[in-house]
Amino acid sequence: MNLQQKRRRKDQLFAVVCFVSTIVSIVLLALLLCDIFIKGFSWLSWDFICSYPSRFPERAGIKSALWGSIWLILLTAALALPMGVSAAIYLEEYAPRSRLTKIIEINIFNLAGVPSVVYGILGLALFVRGLSLGKSLIAGALTLSLLILPIIIISTKEALGAVPESLREASYGLGASRWQTIRYQVLPSAMPWILTGNILALSRAIGETAPLIMIGALTFVAFTPQTPLDPFTAMPIQIFNWISRPQPEFADIASAAIIVLLLVLLTMNAAAIILRRKYQKKLQG
Amino acid sequence: MAVHSYNSVKEKIIEHYLFVCALISIFVTISIVLVLFSETVSFFRDVSIIEFLTGTRWAPIYTPSYFGVLPLINGTLLIAAGSSIIALPVGLTSAIYLSEYANERTRGIVKPVIEVLAGIPTVVYGCFAVLFVTPIIRKLIPETDIFNAASACIVVGIMILPMVSSLSEDAIRSVPRTLREGAYALGATKYEVTTRVVLPSALSGILASFILAISRAVGETMAVTLAAGATPNITFNIFESIQTMTAYIVQVSLGDTPAGSIAYKSIFAIGMVLFLMTFGMNLVSQWIRSRYQEVYE
Repeated sequence: MNLQQKRRRKDQLFAVVCFVSTIVSIVLLALLLCDIFIKGFSWLSWDFICSYPSRFPERAGIKSALWGSIWLILLTAALALPMGVSAAIYLEEYAPRSRLTKIIEINIFNLAGVPSVVYGILGLALFVRGLSLGKSLIAGALTLSLLILPIIIISTKEALGAVPESLREASYGLGASRWQTIRYQVLPSAMPWILTGNILALSRAIGETAPLIMIGALTFVAFTPQTPLDPFTAMPIQIFNWISRPQPEFADIASAAIIVLLLVLLTMNAAAIILRRKYQKKLQG
Repeated sequence: MAVHSYNSVKEKIIEHYLFVCALISIFVTISIVLVLFSETVSFFRDVSIIEFLTGTRWAPIYTPSYFGVLPLINGTLLIAAGSSIIALPVGLTSAIYLSEYANERTRGIVKPVIEVLAGIPTVVYGCFAVLFVTPIIRKLIPETDIFNAASACIVVGIMILPMVSSLSEDAIRSVPRTLREGAYALGATKYEVTTRVVLPSALSGILASFILAISRAVGETMAVTLAAGATPNITFNIFESIQTMTAYIVQVSLGDTPAGSIAYKSIFAIGMVLFLMTFGMNLVSQWIRSRYQEVYE
């Protein structure tokens, strides 16, 4: 075999290896989803959604976990979104290119990489014990807010940064102030991307388990929370609890609960796409 | 005139409010450090720091108790190494495929799949490990423990795969086209162009993505808690049950540990180690990217 052929052979082999690696992730996703659907699908029913957890797998349901998750995500959104978007606006539109700004930006980037269980420890010390909020929804929501704040700031900053400078210049040229420019020009045109980033950050919060275990979310709750100060459970906690039990039926209802959780996440992502489309149309029209 | 001054006051107020929001991130970091530090200090009042760092047994709730963190670090590093062996090569080669080989249609299918993989909650990966991966491993190698590091390595590998492939792909794509064209003009094959021109130019970004992924594996909690077990062990046998730092923290908080007890304080000490490790790795990753990034016009 001459050198030319050898090189060609190597080239083809490399292409095949790279292609196979790429297929791996598709195969894995398919395997994971199939496995969960096969195990969990037959347990899904309206009763499953509307019943409280039980010692008996056939009577167990996810009502309290689902309500807990909904409460949690609404509270987290109310706490984290305004603060995160405001911080991003400051960093992108106002902040001078100073050392402090640079430090804040590096810091935010690093906070996004801190393990979620560390945020759980922080929540436990700060909110559950420090502010004596106990194992309540509000303590959980505050903890999750801190967790997703860096993600919100980073994605919102990117969205604002993508708005062309000419738009701002034109607005200033018409005599608009800085805030008027942001309020009426920059924010509306960045809105589709801000929304997408924020919804993705919230869907990260919905799936988080470790921080909620840390702050002591209960694993067996037979009521739905009425106020933010009530104790709670959430979907991932319920899944974790069921999967930890020895009886195989509980593994199956854990799979059923996972299907519901993935459906919720899918709905949120679909909502992000639809909102983005709608806003984009409005901007163009 | 009156309208004007009203507006400038309003502008100032808004600017200050936004500035305070931006400072929150600094406060979060400071409070993480303060919280971890204060409880860690009180932990080291009861346990000698030498024993903590060099002890080879971790048994905080037994009497006599042992507080050597090495078994937990061993567990954490075992998972990080095992998952990296899976995720780094697969992630990098699929990044190469997506950037250099794939047409728009293939990219349009694969990219969303990778995003979905990245968006699946970690507890779901944990279930996948327990329900699917572990039974297969135990069928192939019957002497494997029910809880074993191998299963956790595999799912953590799957979890960090999207991070490696999407960040590496960004780095590879940002290598300018002219560099490739130059190499092709010299008669190089695609393999040669990719491995000798494109990858070296993208090296800083690729390394940064590797470090971020490893740091993510170090901090991963639910999958290792569910799949790898709760046996602090110094071992390199991935078919045994082990315990990671994160899994220990979860184990303690699942039990009803009274505040102020030694087990309660120990999670802050472990959390401190975890925080320092991951924060350090993230800083290094950023430093590599900014320091060694090749700048093209």
